[in-house]
Amino acid sequence: MTTAYVALASSTLGQAASTLFGVVEAVGGFIAILLVVFFVAGRVTGRLQRPVAIVVCLGPALFLVLLGLIIPAITTINNSLKNQQFLGQLKTKYIGFKNYTYAFTDPYTQQTIIRTVLWLLIVPALAVFVGLLVALLVDRMRYASIPKTMVFLPTAISFVGASVIWSYVYNYKAPSLPQTGLLSQVVMKLGWSNPPNWLITVPLNTFLEMVIMIWIQAGFAMVILGAALKGIPDEIIESARLDGASGIKLFRTVQIPMIRTTLVVVITTVMITTLKVFDIVFTINNGNFSTDVLARQMYADMFVTNQVSRGSALAVILFLAVTPLIYYNVRTLRREREIR
Amino acid sequence: MTTTTTPAAKVQQPLKGQAAVKAVRKAFSSSLASAAAVFIGIIWTIPTFGLFVNSFRSREAAATTGWWEAFIHPSFSLSGYNEVLTGGGGLAIPLVNSLAITIPATIIPIFVASMAGYALAWMRFKGSDFIFFGIFALQVVPLQMALVPLQQYYVHGLQIFGVTVLPSPGINGTIAQIWLTHTMFSMPLAIFLIHNFIAQLPSSLMEAARVDGASHLRIFRSIVLPLSMPAIASFGIFQFLWVWNDLLVAKTFGGTSPEMQPVTARMQSLVGSYGAHLDLLAPAGFLTIVIPLIVFLSLQRYFVRGLLAGSVKG
Repeated sequence: MTTAYVALASSTLGQAASTLFGVVEAVGGFIAILLVVFFVAGRVTGRLQRPVAIVVCLGPALFLVLLGLIIPAITTINNSLKNQQFLGQLKTKYIGFKNYTYAFTDPYTQQTIIRTVLWLLIVPALAVFVGLLVALLVDRMRYASIPKTMVFLPTAISFVGASVIWSYVYNYKAPSLPQTGLLSQVVMKLGWSNPPNWLITVPLNTFLEMVIMIWIQAGFAMVILGAALKGIPDEIIESARLDGASGIKLFRTVQIPMIRTTLVVVITTVMITTLKVFDIVFTINNGNFSTDVLARQMYADMFVTNQVSRGSALAVILFLAVTPLIYYNVRTLRREREIR
Repeated sequence: MTTTTTPAAKVQQPLKGQAAVKAVRKAFSSSLASAAAVFIGIIWTIPTFGLFVNSFRSREAAATTGWWEAFIHPSFSLSGYNEVLTGGGGLAIPLVNSLAITIPATIIPIFVASMAGYALAWMRFKGSDFIFFGIFALQVVPLQMALVPLQQYYVHGLQIFGVTVLPSPGINGTIAQIWLTHTMFSMPLAIFLIHNFIAQLPSSLMEAARVDGASHLRIFRSIVLPLSMPAIASFGIFQFLWVWNDLLVAKTFGGTSPEMQPVTARMQSLVGSYGAHLDLLAPAGFLTIVIPLIVFLSLQRYFVRGLLAGSVKG
């Protein structure tokens, strides 16, 4: 027993050491190459000095962007127009927009798209609502950093970690047994003697998964909106107060209009994250029990059933849905920067 | 609070009684607001707290009773951590893997992006603006669009019309393909953030260095890089958390063996295979979130700065 344990530990240690050595090798090797290139390029003088410096500085980034983003994106658009049914299929042909019409006519995918739209409508609204509420509540509070950190903390937690955390909230046990899930325990104390098995009850489970996303995103909304609220000049708040505005009225007529652009940027930003939600749905139910969303189905199409072309079409749909949101954000942020 | 409300109080001085009532009500409502904020904060923390408590309970206790019972019948043990770190559900190697993925995927982009940012900001040439906006615009490309083509590249090399343009990098089946993917995908955000900072460095500094005969590469190394630390820190923390918490890339390129998986992918398969066995998930879950939480709590200030710019990433 002990020898087996030692053997296991030493093999684990050995493996860990070799993995970490790989890190040193990668980072060290990269920096060494960089130093050599810098040294050699530094020898170059005269007219060639500038072009060489430009190539040395810009080359690696352009190479990575070309290899990792531009070519793959074009390839995926190309794939989405073909009939590739599995990885490495030799004979593929172009079938036009059939994969797209399939995405919008197949009943299962239609459900997926409708569910994704539901996520898009509910999650940003509620996350921003909670974030704004907390930002307002702590605006003039003395130890504001304590509740703020508590709400902000989930931002650092991975979606997988969050799903594990929330599985202790949603866990189901037969009502006669002692409960291990917090939600069941609470509702039973409140008098609901026979709560459902939360995560397989359709359509409730989709909304419960949204709660996890809201839990993560509210802190982000709170921080950004809190900074915007702090940015409103004191004189404006003061003169509004002198005019008799306070509480909700002050909030509605002065504070909200003043932070409107930030508010919209936060909503669209949460929307972008929500559109790509994959981890939560994947971890909790793997898209079963009617919880599938676009990014999860795309992953399954690409790597589980290897319907590469259909998955690529979903990826392009995702891309097309995200683009206007990002465009809007960038335009707003740029305009704001110009005003300042 | 007091400083901002004094003028209002002064104006209302004649109505002494009313002002007093108002002041009381205001004080009450602000403490009510504080109470509400703390209440929301506690609600937001309870789920994580439950995981934390459960991770220190024995397997039997965690499987049969809720974590709140630990305060009524206290019984704590480290057996869960022992099991997760050394036993079959092994999280030790995935933890090392996560580090081995996150460190190169954070450090290498910092160098590549700050070099590019410097070139685009201080070595203006024909088309440099176009390149900057082009890279910036690439933020719209979702990660999802690159997965299949990148996987094919790692296996077969880059082929255009059946001709191999670039051979496969020979890292198929290693964790290098995970961090390389993250490195590629961090570029638009990293260049954008760091470029904006580098562009605002005082031009007199650069000119003085050039007058002294320093080359571009020299200026970059000894002036630009040290001065850009705030931007680098913002990006670095954002990228660290992003890579550590990622599941999609890990799942796509990490395969199914624990030898290659980072913690997120390992956790995800633990949830799947243990199902209702929430007993082991708690210590495993806490181990996966504790490193990002430490990074986050200690460097929160820098993180916030990178957050808004970074949240469109992916």
